[in-house]
Amino acid sequence: MNAPINATVSDNDDIGAGKRLDLYRLQYGIRVFEKRAYDLFLQNLVKGTSHLSLGQEAIAAGFAGAMQPRDLSFCTYRGHAHTLARGTPMTKVLGELMQRDNGLMRGKGGSMHLTSREHGVMGSYAIVGAHLPIACGAAWRAQYLGADDVSVCFFGDGTTNIGAFHEALNLAAVWKLPVVFVCENNLYMEYTPIGEVTAVANPAADRAAAYGLPAILIDGNDADIVYRTALAAFAKARAGDGPSLIECKTYRHSGHSRADPAKYRPEGELESWLLRDPVIIYRRRLAEFGVAEADIAAIEAAIDREVEAATEACKNAPPPPASILAADVYADGGSAWRN
Amino acid sequence: MAELTYREAVARAIAQEMERDERVVFLGEDVASAGGVFKATVGLYEKFGPKRVRDTPISEQAILGAAMGAAMTGLRPIAEIMFSDFLAVCFDFIANEFSKTRYMSNGQLGCPLVVRTGNGAGSRFGAQHSQSVENWSMMIPGLKVIAPSTPLDVIGLLAAAVRDPDPVVFYEHKSLYATKGEVPDGEIVDTLGTAKIVRRGKDATILALALMVPRALAAADRLAAEYGIDCEVVDVRSLVPLDTQTILGSIAKTGRLFTVEENPRLCGWGAEIASIAADEAFYDLDGPIVRITTPHIPLPAADNLEDIALPTPARIVEKIVTCMN
Repeated sequence: MNAPINATVSDNDDIGAGKRLDLYRLQYGIRVFEKRAYDLFLQNLVKGTSHLSLGQEAIAAGFAGAMQPRDLSFCTYRGHAHTLARGTPMTKVLGELMQRDNGLMRGKGGSMHLTSREHGVMGSYAIVGAHLPIACGAAWRAQYLGADDVSVCFFGDGTTNIGAFHEALNLAAVWKLPVVFVCENNLYMEYTPIGEVTAVANPAADRAAAYGLPAILIDGNDADIVYRTALAAFAKARAGDGPSLIECKTYRHSGHSRADPAKYRPEGELESWLLRDPVIIYRRRLAEFGVAEADIAAIEAAIDREVEAATEACKNAPPPPASILAADVYADGGSAWRN
Repeated sequence: MAELTYREAVARAIAQEMERDERVVFLGEDVASAGGVFKATVGLYEKFGPKRVRDTPISEQAILGAAMGAAMTGLRPIAEIMFSDFLAVCFDFIANEFSKTRYMSNGQLGCPLVVRTGNGAGSRFGAQHSQSVENWSMMIPGLKVIAPSTPLDVIGLLAAAVRDPDPVVFYEHKSLYATKGEVPDGEIVDTLGTAKIVRRGKDATILALALMVPRALAAADRLAAEYGIDCEVVDVRSLVPLDTQTILGSIAKTGRLFTVEENPRLCGWGAEIASIAADEAFYDLDGPIVRITTPHIPLPAADNLEDIALPTPARIVEKIVTCMN
């Protein structure tokens, strides 16, 4: 453990007012976006499946806040938060969730595959574990070309029990790749508590030693702690000192996916975690650092308007045209497999 | 002009592409100082160094994942999966990841990479190191699938695969590594998606791939000499893209179609071609389409059993003679 759970106000002097407002803006934006996404799938306007990051906003905000524009994000199917945190417009993300032509991938990817190359979002991967080796490859390219960007790979606690996790960690360590692995431990893989199916208490941090890496276990609900931990890991990666594996303890406020009412949780667990709601914690911190209530309210109002505008734009957007059905299977833009 | 083995052709193709393009990198198990378990990459490590020719752990998912991530961000990786049977332990990357990324991202991301792999029987290695699994990748949209039969085709098609903007699975046949062929000097680049007529004939068309090409040619010689049946032999070379024009053109000329496939019976590559021929060349055909394949069994280790499992020139001759009478 290289950072304590429950940082105090005095730990926060290094971050600065501007960055702190950014971190709040990101967290609040993800919160209202995810709530809106939930409302819209209750109305059957968000289709297919959807995996929300309600309660996990501090991780996306803290890492994105510490990233440079050239850094690359690799996300899972629970990727709305990380995609938004890199600056991808809400309208494009919501359009994809609503499977409209204005979506990030014009409805061809869907909620689980959000990708925005121009914002450094190198895809959201829905087969658990696959993107860890892929992030290694992007980091290998940076090392090979002498570029100083970092590849950041986000995944859930359940991923730590699949083979690709271990293959990627070993390769990254032995090749000293500039990649940062971020485990969002929200205590449940899907419906089963991670502790019931894992041999160690901390599914990522306790495995780090196997790859010669320090165990890093942090409070994932405090954006300041996340931000500082990210900066340290990125500095290590850019210095050529290899990968980091960071376990962020957090909790998802909703079920695994839209189909899950999360009835498997013990009574009182959600309520206790709501007391540690990252958005509320951070709003309080802004006040402690002297940010005026009116300024916080203005940030929130601007984001609320952005979500309303995105919702309207997506409701009015057409579905994708049939003409794109067979486009972009191959690099020539088409799908021809024969002459 | 020089005489090269099929395995030397692999190394020459990789060297040609690495000299041409700094973005080309090569990774796999035992590929660097050891030169590969089949000695198909000897000399590359000495020539290009550890930065571009990298040994990996026995981690096939890490190999293909790393190749994909590097390809998505600007390199042109060549990844080796030692035996094609091992594609099964990293099949997610082939079936779900680099084949689908371009489509799912609406064209934002592409994966220009090559997966080279040792395919096929003849080494008496048994059921987990001898399979012909080119049809595993043929059925996945987004991939290109190549299987050369000669040293010259190895160089030209591997070079074309490295330069191609799409992911290519490149099946090298283990029992062809020691075979030799004439190869011209200088740069060699072929075209993916092209079949090659390797023997002209008028009575029947035989389609074959990789190790089955020399066997089909040997059968054709006997059919002509002993039975007066003049077969045209087409080396399919590229399963995706598939050169149906050459195949259908040959059927139009001969009126009969035989496929010779090393894969087990069900869903072998010849089944798809037979379906295309039935749809599009029905009125050119003078008889049923006949597939000559390995039986639908795992492969045995014992040499006598493996030998009777695979299509042989004798079996091809016997089948064609029976069908043509």
